[in-house]
Amino acid sequence: MSREMDTKIEKTWCPGCANFTIEAVFKNTLLELEKEGLDLSKVVVLSGIGCHGKISDYLNLSSFYSLHGRAIPVAEGIKLANKDLIPIVFVGDGDAYGEGLEHLIFAAKRNTNINVFVHNNRVYGLTTGQFAPTSPEKFKGRSTPKGSVEEPLNPIELMLASKASFVARGYTGKAEHLKDLMKQALHHRGFSFIDILQPCLAYFDSRDFYGKNVYEMEAQDVSNFNSAMAKALEWDYNNGGKIPVGVFYNQKKLTFEEKICLTN
Amino acid sequence: MKDFSFLIGGKAGDGIKQAGHFLAQLFNELGYNIFIYEDYQSLITGGHNFSIVRASDKRILSHKQKVDFAIVFNKDTLEKNQENFKKETIIIYDSDVIQSNDLPKKYKAVAFPMSNVLKESNLPLIVRNAVSLGILAGILKIDFELVKKIIENSVHKKIEENIKVAEIGYKEGLEHKNGFEIEKLKNEPRKILTGNEAIALGAVRAGMKFYFAYPMTPASGILHFLAANEDKFGVKAIHPENEIAVALMAEGAATAGKRAMVGTSGGGFALMVEALSLAGQAEIPIVFVLSQRPGPATGIPTYTSQADLLFSLFAGHGEFLKIVVAPGDVDEAMFLTAMAMNLSWKYQTPAIILSDKHLSESVFSAYYDENKIKIEQPKLWSGKGDYKRYSDEKDGISSLAFLGDKNAIVKATSYEHNEFGITTENSEEAKKMAEKRLRKKITLLKELKGEKTINVLGNKKSKNVLIVWGSTKGAAVEAAENLGIKVIQPMFIEPFPADEIKKELKGAKKIIDIETNATGQMAYILKANGIEVDEKILKYDGRPFIIEKLEEKIKKIIK
Repeated sequence: MSREMDTKIEKTWCPGCANFTIEAVFKNTLLELEKEGLDLSKVVVLSGIGCHGKISDYLNLSSFYSLHGRAIPVAEGIKLANKDLIPIVFVGDGDAYGEGLEHLIFAAKRNTNINVFVHNNRVYGLTTGQFAPTSPEKFKGRSTPKGSVEEPLNPIELMLASKASFVARGYTGKAEHLKDLMKQALHHRGFSFIDILQPCLAYFDSRDFYGKNVYEMEAQDVSNFNSAMAKALEWDYNNGGKIPVGVFYNQKKLTFEEKICLTN
Repeated sequence: MKDFSFLIGGKAGDGIKQAGHFLAQLFNELGYNIFIYEDYQSLITGGHNFSIVRASDKRILSHKQKVDFAIVFNKDTLEKNQENFKKETIIIYDSDVIQSNDLPKKYKAVAFPMSNVLKESNLPLIVRNAVSLGILAGILKIDFELVKKIIENSVHKKIEENIKVAEIGYKEGLEHKNGFEIEKLKNEPRKILTGNEAIALGAVRAGMKFYFAYPMTPASGILHFLAANEDKFGVKAIHPENEIAVALMAEGAATAGKRAMVGTSGGGFALMVEALSLAGQAEIPIVFVLSQRPGPATGIPTYTSQADLLFSLFAGHGEFLKIVVAPGDVDEAMFLTAMAMNLSWKYQTPAIILSDKHLSESVFSAYYDENKIKIEQPKLWSGKGDYKRYSDEKDGISSLAFLGDKNAIVKATSYEHNEFGITTENSEEAKKMAEKRLRKKITLLKELKGEKTINVLGNKKSKNVLIVWGSTKGAAVEAAENLGIKVIQPMFIEPFPADEIKKELKGAKKIIDIETNATGQMAYILKANGIEVDEKILKYDGRPFIIEKLEEKIKKIIK
């Protein structure tokens, strides 16, 4: 191990929080990639605001702890300014699918060469339990005590429609599988997106539901948009149904930064 | 004094702007100083547009109301621009669209069937601008070779045909009975620039590598100019999804070590304010161009205003150092933009260039030598020991390392933080970092002591003093010169050069504040700094001050 990966400050996530899993899986991913030649000094961790965001403080790596919903455009600016840097953007579901949704869609549309990993617990944690864009309909949160009247957003469907070139879903209950997804995302040249399902032990404990319903997709043709879309629609983010995890779509195309340079 | 004004009027799509630029180039070639005021509406075709071109043997920063010549492409111009005509005005009009009895008898007129001439040559109506250039050059006995050269330089399609119809117009002009020979001055032609172009050039010279912007009048000219000249200037002009992304992308680029600027008008700036505050907390250099237009909200998009002065000054939640400069002409636009960029990097804090439609889109002869602009380096990290992004220094300025620098872990953050850039809620640390950031202002004030932050113009001995800022400088300075009174123009708004202004106000009898807003926002800042103005002359109809009318108003006050 070339460097200490932790800043050694006290971690204030709830005991047993799945954010610990995402952080640990990410560190292992980097260490394995370092053996393949990844230069850790080129890695830039970004995060928005929410429980997930603390990962910027906890990792002993260069980072940009941005505003709520605003980590993605900062990462795009970083990548434009220095193409050797590897921005890895941790965002929350409220962060990326609510406050900063336009940035997520446009980053995918541009195929900017950044990685977006969404801590999707389908609830607002740090602001103490309100419904989120991916909360199931009828979800009772502190801002929707009678139950949410909105249908949940399906981020996989949304990202496919937005021309994302790498679209995957992971689950914190399947750490090894998640590590493999992160590695694939980091190997992918272009916009890489992983919706990471995680329970929130304080406000939306979905462990049993995920435990029963999450399954790993069988190997399929990930270059086929129509079958990716069909797979994406298998689960609508409501309470019920089987939940496929794995890579939905992976397509090679020129990145935004490459195209910008071609116009020189 | 050789001073000529021209009005060109028609509907949008008539090529009014191009006609104005033809004339400007013609007189620039003849050694005159140029100013162009463009008045246009927020539409693509139709409506009523006009340009006023002024050419003078002295330096000018403003247009005049009364013109010597008018080129009239539609009837609307005769009605809507009446106040621009005087009885000596020579009106050159398209006799295919305007009947001679439409024209008030008092004017000298040159009727010419412009539309028909073009029809016969199979040219579109927009080429009336070349025909009228020819007519005017003929009236003024200007060598046709010069007309040819200007058309060749500015027209990209059917150049020969353009020249041919301009020559038909030229011959007509030569025969006009009120014609006279215009003097060619000994001056070399100068660069003629819009305020937006000058801002762009200043930023490029100060090391800007990225310009991010979402289109918004009157700032869009910067985006268009930089996008069209990306390779020449070695910059990238990028148009993202909205102004929020614009500002954040720029801050990302800066954190990775590249100088970036963003530009917009009031509504777009409102969306950027969140990122402005982030730049304050995370100590990120970024330059915002705020080119004002009348608000609130969408307001009057293509007209001018100085109503966002206090907005720019107080924008951003929390307390942090901000640099705000307000150029009054293209020379100042160039060097103040460069200065703002350099200071923003040296002090790792946001800077704002306050422009407005009248500066951004008017055309001026430029005097400032761009080569004088230098890229000033910020305090860079030595590379020794553990890097602390927010090290607590006496002068408030931590050394800079960039994302990706070997051996530096660079942690930028929107949270209050310790010296390493890790979140803190500790009371001691919070106080320490707030003070560190604010100490940068003390350091900056020391540096600015050696810089020119105000202009003193007009009759410096006069006890009648005008205080103006930004584009209002143009009309005010000329009015003051005509009346023999003094003008003070703060070029820096933050930090505010109160001491410098007070020194210049010693013994003043009458202090008159002049602004294009309804509430006297500069007077408010002056008052906060212990300076009371005696009178305010305010204009808030979207139009800039015009010399003659402003002069009358000042005269009434100083009697």
